[in-house]
Amino acid sequence: MTDPSLYNVLYIDLTEGRYEVQERKDLFEKYLGGTGVAIKLLEEECPKGVDPLSPENPIIFAVGPLTGLYPLASKTVAMFKSPLTGNLGESHAGGRSAAAIRFAGYGAIVIKGASKTPVYISIYNDQVRIKDATALWGMRSSYAVGRVLREVEPGAGKRTIMRIGIAGENLVRYANVIVESYRHFGRLGLGAVFGSKRLKAVVVAGTRSVKVDDAKAYAKVYEEIYKEVVGTEVMSKYHVLGTAENVLPLNAIGALPTRNLMQTRFELAESISGELLAEKYLVRKIACTHCPIGCIHLASLRIAFAPGHEYETLIVPYDYEPIYALGSMLGIGSADGLLRLIEKVDGLGLDAISTGVAMAWATEAYQRGLITDKETMGLRPNWGEDVDVYIKMAERIARRANEFYSALADGVEVAASKYGGLDFALACGGNEVPGYHTGPAALVGFLTGMRHSHLDSAGYSIDQRALRALMTDEEMVRQLVEEERFRNVLTSLVVCLFARGIYKLERVAKALEPLGTKVSPEELLRLGAEIVRTKAAFKAREGYDPYRLRIAKRFLETPTPLGRLTEERIRNMIKMYVEKAGLSDVYAPSSRG
Amino acid sequence: MSYRISVANIERCIGCYSCMFACSRLRFGVVSMAKSAIQVKSAGGIERGFVVVVCRACVDPPCAKGCPTGALTPRPGGGVTLDESKCIGCKSCREACIVGAVVWDEESNLPIVCRYCGFCTKFCPHNVIVFEPIGRELVV
Repeated sequence: MTDPSLYNVLYIDLTEGRYEVQERKDLFEKYLGGTGVAIKLLEEECPKGVDPLSPENPIIFAVGPLTGLYPLASKTVAMFKSPLTGNLGESHAGGRSAAAIRFAGYGAIVIKGASKTPVYISIYNDQVRIKDATALWGMRSSYAVGRVLREVEPGAGKRTIMRIGIAGENLVRYANVIVESYRHFGRLGLGAVFGSKRLKAVVVAGTRSVKVDDAKAYAKVYEEIYKEVVGTEVMSKYHVLGTAENVLPLNAIGALPTRNLMQTRFELAESISGELLAEKYLVRKIACTHCPIGCIHLASLRIAFAPGHEYETLIVPYDYEPIYALGSMLGIGSADGLLRLIEKVDGLGLDAISTGVAMAWATEAYQRGLITDKETMGLRPNWGEDVDVYIKMAERIARRANEFYSALADGVEVAASKYGGLDFALACGGNEVPGYHTGPAALVGFLTGMRHSHLDSAGYSIDQRALRALMTDEEMVRQLVEEERFRNVLTSLVVCLFARGIYKLERVAKALEPLGTKVSPEELLRLGAEIVRTKAAFKAREGYDPYRLRIAKRFLETPTPLGRLTEERIRNMIKMYVEKAGLSDVYAPSSRG
Repeated sequence: MSYRISVANIERCIGCYSCMFACSRLRFGVVSMAKSAIQVKSAGGIERGFVVVVCRACVDPPCAKGCPTGALTPRPGGGVTLDESKCIGCKSCREACIVGAVVWDEESNLPIVCRYCGFCTKFCPHNVIVFEPIGRELVV
């Protein structure tokens, strides 16, 4: 049988200052762990229609049966009601978070209520403490918060330090939670939910051992997976250039959103490419716990701050998404400038994608005269011309410096509803879009995906296959549905999605067996479908309606590599998605009021 | 010829912890970040890289000298051997090792010391650690 420590769910109530552990074998047996268990816990804990920034909104962290046990089972799933979209909030991060939670002896952590004063939570095996965080509140950089907690908390080498920046404190609706300095629960505003609870950080460490049913069989499957991960080409791209590898290929096919998607090719793409960053700035690659790949790319940037050879050195993590959102989307073609902006946005605790998309909209709105120097407080954004303008803008968003920045802090859709320019406010389902203008599958995926993320169903990869061999809309939608189900299995285990080539369903079944779980690939896929359905039901309950989605004109005006898209076609594909995903009853017309 | 694990290329460490999991898997048949004779941690913030701590297999081992019951005895060629039946759990060995290579197992109240089997080095993706004969450092 599965090591029973996975069944432990730690419930913490910040209002009462209490905690308890409940055994939830029922959930883990049926839904494995991760996203499957988290959505059930959210269903239980989140009352209908609740304000996402009220104490009633729970924060749920969940890991799964493979966590810590196999290479690349390295991610934690966070679930909450999103302050950005008003429905499902789901975000994943690695670092040491997953292993720390598992070896502390838990399968999930539920945080409810709110504290009156700033606090952080310290979990060390079965010791759970709610501690004063007054001195950390308002600290300029999220990096500094980590430095302090590193000194005062136990478990060096085995712990995770999750924390928010000032954006989370100020309830920016796309504030993130930073983990081990360089990983993030980035999307959908978990940081704001932390902030609303006056929760500055969560530190988890553990020294427990996890037992497996059949140690011999486990070691055999482990070595098979390890060898494939390290010894074959299946995953090598993630280590070599990392996700930044995508910049040039996407630019070449005309799918790299540039200057708020007025263009899809960036003439300066070379200078912010994965190749250039690797050659000139890359100094270290690091990994999440139990990942022998190490996709985290760290750049070093030396900046002269005064005459006389006075230098400061920044260490900055980079990935494709921040390069798109804070680079090409803003017309920033200098690697120095881009890295400075990424460092600033991370330090403030803002989600890079949402922040970039919001600032790209603001730039266009400013140029069209929808907003003026009064709104921007004198900043004059003009694409890549002056990076400092964007550094200041990010800071003003994080501090909600005036009414305009406060609207931007509520999301690009809120700002555009107030100041105009919805046609070029690039959000899908309320979430600012990731960087793939590849074609209909990507757009339909952003609109229908449970997280409105490129990671839900990977439409960008379906589009790129369609570029090579003609594909019907129906086939595209079929692939979106299947991919989303498969990914919900992986994120229940919880396996990093970059390892999807390693963890095919047959392999997953094989990996689970020595741990005491017998399940067939078919059953796993059915479970994936059921989890998607449960999430869809939560979304529908909270007001998400796939038939009434706003589709910004800009997505349709700017041609994709697969041609110009029409609203009719996209809406038709959304309908197909609902049917093929078996969600017609969940998203029933009657639920549309 | 006695062998030991040597940290040859620390700056290449990505912090994947695969070596630690290999040790806990082989020696204890469990998965653990605590039950491992080799320990990885960040060098005071991940941006500075990592530290790998493992027994240096001293020829005149301070941990054995500090052991009041003879549970730890010098191994020919370097390093130590543990006789669990003689250990009283006083942790003197841990105090004596300034490298910090004696890990304490809180569950069994025994020290975890390296057995110099080299299994962990098979799971290092970047040759950070190597298995080498004592006194003849490999050029990696």
